[in-house]
Amino acid sequence: MHNIIIWYGELTSVRSLLKRGLLFLSPGIAWLLVFLVLPGLVLVAVSFASRGSYGELIWSFSFENYSRLAGFGMFGWTADYLTIVWRSIVVAFFTSLISVLLSYPLCFFIAARPERTRFLWLTMLIIPFWTNMVIRSYSWFLILAPELPFAQVAARLGIIPEGSPLYPSVLAVYLGMVSLYLPFVALPLYSSIEKLDWSLVEAAQDLYASRSRIFLHAILPQTLPGLSVGIILTFVPAMGMFVVPDLLGGAKYMLIGNLIQQQFSTSRDWPFGAAISMGLMVLTMGSLYFYRKKSRGGTIL
Amino acid sequence: MANEIEKNLHLKNICKSFGDVRAVDNISLTVPAGSFFTLLGPSGCGKTTLLRIIAGLELQDSGQVILGSEDISSLPATKRHINTVFQSYALFPHLSIFENVAFGLRARKFAENDIKKRVTPRLEMLGIESMCNRLPHQLSGGQKQRVALARALVNEPDVLLLDEPMSALDAKLRAQVQVELRSLQQKLGQTFILVTHDQEEALVVSDTIAVIRNGVIEQAGTPEEVYDHPTSKFVAEFLGAANLIEGEFVENRFHSTLGSFQLSTTPTWRSGTVAFRPEWTRIHESDPGGNSFRAKIREIIYRGTDFDIWFEPGPIRVRSNTYKHFKVGDQVWLDIAPTDLVVLDA
Repeated sequence: MHNIIIWYGELTSVRSLLKRGLLFLSPGIAWLLVFLVLPGLVLVAVSFASRGSYGELIWSFSFENYSRLAGFGMFGWTADYLTIVWRSIVVAFFTSLISVLLSYPLCFFIAARPERTRFLWLTMLIIPFWTNMVIRSYSWFLILAPELPFAQVAARLGIIPEGSPLYPSVLAVYLGMVSLYLPFVALPLYSSIEKLDWSLVEAAQDLYASRSRIFLHAILPQTLPGLSVGIILTFVPAMGMFVVPDLLGGAKYMLIGNLIQQQFSTSRDWPFGAAISMGLMVLTMGSLYFYRKKSRGGTIL
Repeated sequence: MANEIEKNLHLKNICKSFGDVRAVDNISLTVPAGSFFTLLGPSGCGKTTLLRIIAGLELQDSGQVILGSEDISSLPATKRHINTVFQSYALFPHLSIFENVAFGLRARKFAENDIKKRVTPRLEMLGIESMCNRLPHQLSGGQKQRVALARALVNEPDVLLLDEPMSALDAKLRAQVQVELRSLQQKLGQTFILVTHDQEEALVVSDTIAVIRNGVIEQAGTPEEVYDHPTSKFVAEFLGAANLIEGEFVENRFHSTLGSFQLSTTPTWRSGTVAFRPEWTRIHESDPGGNSFRAKIREIIYRGTDFDIWFEPGPIRVRSNTYKHFKVGDQVWLDIAPTDLVVLDA
């Protein structure tokens, strides 16, 4: 009788609960095993192999790919790859930061709309989700084309030569990245801002707080859950992004995602590509760990 | 630690509407410095709106708020030396109890050792010094309320506003906190303005009670004045229980369907209402003469400390703590002293 329990109103036994749980979980576990764990392990193995002269895999264990990523090549040490890694971190960081800075006013604006129009504004925020990423990147080509005012103003100011487009450029990369990731920050942030307890803001006002103090103590802590989700959803994929920098940044503004893509396609250097992927994975895990440690203390920003 | 300069709070012709609803309708009142003033009324009567106008959290449509000799009508909340204990307490969830209490001082850039010197005695005074490192969510409702009180008091405001601070406490704790709040206010000598819908709370803590209804002050006075001498049906029924009888005044006598009663005053108007409290009425088994009338017991309700006995005609309610084996259906005499019959304003 002791293993009979009541589980949220249902009379059942521990054994049948476990059985049921396993039944529901097994498809997911199988999926992850086949499509995540196994390929991941293969990737680890490949990263220690080396490339044959025709791009085939040679199964000889070596750390060569990793030392190449760190910059030790045939002709001595170069910072080329590390520059790309660092640039990826910088781009992901600033993409997240700009998205956050734009999202706060945007979310407060939407939350302050009357109920009927609020839905409309949210829909407008979500619509880009329904459009393919490549198409959206190409649409920036149109916006930044030499015939349109943006490029013409830039040319007039002498930033770019007359008659040339505003891409490929760092600006174009950030425009593409921020427009891509803004909804990922804005939507979770909005869900936090929508249920903001304004009495904390009033309490801060009542206690002589300045505007920055009100934000820091009455608004930021309350919106931190949504903000965290938004930052993670942006920072992590932005670090591995290759479509947008490829189209809008050109060959000179390469990110780690482009590097990986290049190894697996044109360069046919799978082992090196695998090693860079591992590097990206470590970087992602590392930043998530760092972020969690920071935000748990409540001292983020 | 009374304020060096006595600062009375004056409200002059304050009006505030939300859409078509007049929340505050031309209210003027004076809160003397160092007094415990209560705004009492049912929910939606405008009392909280009035409090928020004093705090600077709501802008009046017209009228003036004057503190001491300074017109603070258009000063923002951050510039008013008035602090509030919010109904939800509104403690900052990520800050420790100490930092919550120190919040206002830090905002005003007090020195670190000065902050410590001011915060610690407040925490001690309210018996929460042992929890100064905890976070608000680790505290009980009563403790949170003390933190909210300390957080406001540490700023030594000219006026302390309390917005239904006891509504989240259970009955027993509430009774205890009421007494503590009263003695705290007397010890500090600061001006307290309390908003409540609990008439008992108002009677326990206040120097002055203003009974508010539909955005208007129905009656203001000491607890004894408003309880013993209500001027309107609303006040008579809102503070405690009251029996109301309608009838005609003939000089100092009152003629109603229940009988004829001797009054202690002589109203100048002809017909009106007289009120008397259930606990002021005596029950007799035989005719005592004077202001008495015959009534039949309809229902007897046991209340622990006393009984509520309902009579016909009426219904008249009598509260008695002596139970004399009356049963439903018994015919008795009810007797009210002339001074206990309160003539309500016409």
